[in-house]
Amino acid sequence: MIFAAGAFVGPSIDWYKMSPALVLVAGALGLILVGALTPQWRKGAYGFVAAASAGAAAVLAGMLWANLGENGAPSTLIGDALSFDHFSLFATFTIAVATLLAILVTNDYLEREDEDGPEVYALILASSVGGVMMAQANDLIVLFLGLEILSLSFYLLVASNRNRAQSGEAGLKYFILGGFASAFFLYGVALVFGSTGSTNLTTIGTTLAGQHPGNHSALLLAGVAMLLVGFAFKVSLVPFHAWTPDVYQGAPTPITALMGSVGKVAAFAALLRVFTVALPSRADDWGPVVLVLAIATLLVGSVLAVIQTDVKRMLAYSSISHAGFILVGLEAASHISNADSSLGVSSAMAYLFVYGVLVVGTLAVVSLIAGKGDNATTLGAFNGLGKTNPVLALGMTVLLLAQAGVPTTSGFVAKFGIIRASVSVESYVLAVVAMLAAVIAAFLYLRIMVSMWLSEPASTERREVPTASDIAIAATVAVTLVVGFVPSALLDLAALIR
Amino acid sequence: MLANVETAATLGIPLLTLLVVLPLVGAVMVSLMNKAQAEQIKLVALVFSLVTGALSVFMLAKFPSGQAGFQFVSQQSWVREWGISWHLGVDGISLFLVVLTGVLFPLVIIGIDPHHDQKPYLAWMLLLEAGVMGSFLSLDLFLFFVFFEIVLVPMYFLIGNWGYEKRVYAATKFFIYTMAGSAFMLVGIVATAFLARRDIGYLTFNLVEIAEKSNFATGTGRWLFVAFMIAFAVKVPLFPLHTWLPDAHTQAPTGGSVILAGVLLKMGTYGMLRFGVYLFPEATLWAKPVLFTLAVIGILYGAVAATMQKDLKRLVAYSSVAHLGFIVLGTFALTSQSLTGGVMQMVNHGVSTGALFLMVGMIYERRHTRQIAELGGIQSVAPIFAGFFMVVMLSSIGLPGLNGFVGEFLILIGSFETARWWVVVATLGVILAALYLLWAYQRVFHGEPSEANKSFPEITRREGLLLGVFVAAIVFTGIYPKPMLNRIEPSVNKLIEHVELRTDYQQPVSKGEVHGEAGE
Repeated sequence: MIFAAGAFVGPSIDWYKMSPALVLVAGALGLILVGALTPQWRKGAYGFVAAASAGAAAVLAGMLWANLGENGAPSTLIGDALSFDHFSLFATFTIAVATLLAILVTNDYLEREDEDGPEVYALILASSVGGVMMAQANDLIVLFLGLEILSLSFYLLVASNRNRAQSGEAGLKYFILGGFASAFFLYGVALVFGSTGSTNLTTIGTTLAGQHPGNHSALLLAGVAMLLVGFAFKVSLVPFHAWTPDVYQGAPTPITALMGSVGKVAAFAALLRVFTVALPSRADDWGPVVLVLAIATLLVGSVLAVIQTDVKRMLAYSSISHAGFILVGLEAASHISNADSSLGVSSAMAYLFVYGVLVVGTLAVVSLIAGKGDNATTLGAFNGLGKTNPVLALGMTVLLLAQAGVPTTSGFVAKFGIIRASVSVESYVLAVVAMLAAVIAAFLYLRIMVSMWLSEPASTERREVPTASDIAIAATVAVTLVVGFVPSALLDLAALIR
Repeated sequence: MLANVETAATLGIPLLTLLVVLPLVGAVMVSLMNKAQAEQIKLVALVFSLVTGALSVFMLAKFPSGQAGFQFVSQQSWVREWGISWHLGVDGISLFLVVLTGVLFPLVIIGIDPHHDQKPYLAWMLLLEAGVMGSFLSLDLFLFFVFFEIVLVPMYFLIGNWGYEKRVYAATKFFIYTMAGSAFMLVGIVATAFLARRDIGYLTFNLVEIAEKSNFATGTGRWLFVAFMIAFAVKVPLFPLHTWLPDAHTQAPTGGSVILAGVLLKMGTYGMLRFGVYLFPEATLWAKPVLFTLAVIGILYGAVAATMQKDLKRLVAYSSVAHLGFIVLGTFALTSQSLTGGVMQMVNHGVSTGALFLMVGMIYERRHTRQIAELGGIQSVAPIFAGFFMVVMLSSIGLPGLNGFVGEFLILIGSFETARWWVVVATLGVILAALYLLWAYQRVFHGEPSEANKSFPEITRREGLLLGVFVAAIVFTGIYPKPMLNRIEPSVNKLIEHVELRTDYQQPVSKGEVHGEAGE
């Protein structure tokens, strides 16, 4: 007699609500399978399919957002594994848009390097899927799965330029350090599970809220610390940032853009969700740690950015500084007794959207300048761009000014939101440190602008700007200015994330 | 407040919005034009700046004399969820600064041609004008910050692209210094709005609403005041935050220097008045001694440093540090005369130092040097030029009958009651000003011209007309300051009443008799 279990009841699956991730998966699998079985497609076809997939994901996320409406209650999918709320849709949309832009840049890059093929696109879409999973995960295990999908794709993508030794070196470095970080994270998950008996974020939240807040379980705190280390590595917070400049510099430039946008948005979204959904009742424990990390990240990132001579390294350090800024939002969210603490999360998400778009646009320009071989990324390579390509230089200037946080650009709106969140919970010191870090970092953007506008070009020849990159840069500049002049366009949406 | 609303002047057209938007539209149009059409580009830039200037004069004509409140107010919600609105208004304090901005820009655009790349130069100029106009007209803290900060970008490029040898260094220093100051102000602005929410009931960045309804705790108000003051002190610049100024001024192209001295520095002193004093009366009284001291140090230090300069342009730059010290002194002395004098001196300094920079530029154009030692005897070869220089210089020294005297005298006499010993020391600065400027004049214009200076060309008709406008303003204001004072004084008195109402401060009696003493 064979033991017969009762009928297995799977969780109900709402396919439509998962559609953004599914479209990305379909794109990735389709490219890999069909691409492997068919002869080389014609120029740009792989890129087009990937872009269509990412674009469709963005549109679907937008439609779901519209369906959810202003007062749509948060819910979960597949038996509490994924969450479905404004937060996850906003993150999904941001990731999809950033992926789309990065694919446009990748298209021109692959063409220039004569490496057109489906693999890179499939991996980009896969990393995007991982990012969406991370942003939506309502369970630490699902979160870990997303993290691994994202990371493994990144390891490969970073090393994907076979003709460039730095690319492989960066990939290996990222792989080894990333593996450590993942291990830390997984151990953290295990400890938190051991302490609370669950990996589900909501359940952990309610369990902990029911305990006496003074109940400092060493197990739990160790677990939280491990989780934080894992996240800190992924979003490159000081002192877990050492890999960032090397990997950003070594990776193919479009992949750097992808890491700066999708990687950061996904990891920060997960970080924000874990700490504000599962651990708000322990905010008194992690809040001060986040404060210290934020200050260190802001200052170290900005100061080291200024002294670099390679633009990709500069942007790597500047991304660290930006991560510090976003962390200021999380710090604001840690003041849970304050009614305004919810501003922290929404402003951090708005910042992520703005930064995600900016960083792709900026690196798209860098990718153009880098030229064949992807090597000309020193500051000197930008000399005289204002003379040879005034329009391109002007676009880059807008993007750089936005990163510096100059008003009437999206960067200012994002920074203002963070400062507002920080001030509303009376973290004045952190707000001032953040602004001063922004000033230090401004020096770096000025240096690039000086190269472009105030230095003589090596040759007066105009650089060709391929169409796809042109579209990507124009789109990012447009978003930067529209959000800068009409902040409500972004803020109305971000305000729904609570 | 109610009384002002009833008497506030309104017009059928959104005048103030036009003042900000027109230069902006001009900048966009210029940047879209073809580089080859140099004449048309200049024409477009000129038309936009002239129309803006004409509108600002029209505003002056329509401005009701004797009114204290904000006029021509226009308010439109901009970022609803943050309580931010497009809120512009003008009162006696900002009126002449707006007119100065409106008039100075077309003059600079007509009078001074850039050495290369005219198109971007003019586009940046117009963008700069929009930013400056916006700063002087904003009645919303957020909006003010946006304009205050956006001004950096065009100025950065103007210095960096069209300046002299060390232009990149100077431009970067200017940008970073000012932005560092603004960093504190941004946090201050947000904190002000959030803390005022407790008193007002909702979040707003409306300056008037916050100033009238908020009630900050003593300590809080002082911190916020300090945050604002750091930004303004950099901009003014107040000793010891002044070190960016000599570099920026010296390296900037002539047009940039004129604008920088003429209107940009005033954004600092104006901000102190409009935001510092108005929002935080208690903290103003608390910080007075420190600000007096810094102002007086600035006056003396600027004067001494100016005396030592070998570069004529640097000399004028340091003289700005000294002059701005007087304005700060008058602002915080908080009497009717001192404040009126301060506001007036902002405009006067803009006119006379603007003209000085213009003429230093002309000297450089002719001789390709600014070294005082290499000049000399110019009076004998270019007497008309020397005459213009003399008048402007005397105005800068503060000779009675010229505009500088009215402002400086009002400041000193008004401050004497409330800042006596500081005034005693500051008066030395007046003497020093005579010393360094006359000495410079002597070295540059008197004596026998050297071989190189013998061929110093006399000014052209265009330059003469340009300088004529400045000299006319200098003389007119010096002889007949009454119309100006009539418009400044009510707003200043209202501000002092605001301070008196909210603190136990009482200005010494003799208030309201400003134009009894001066200029007649």
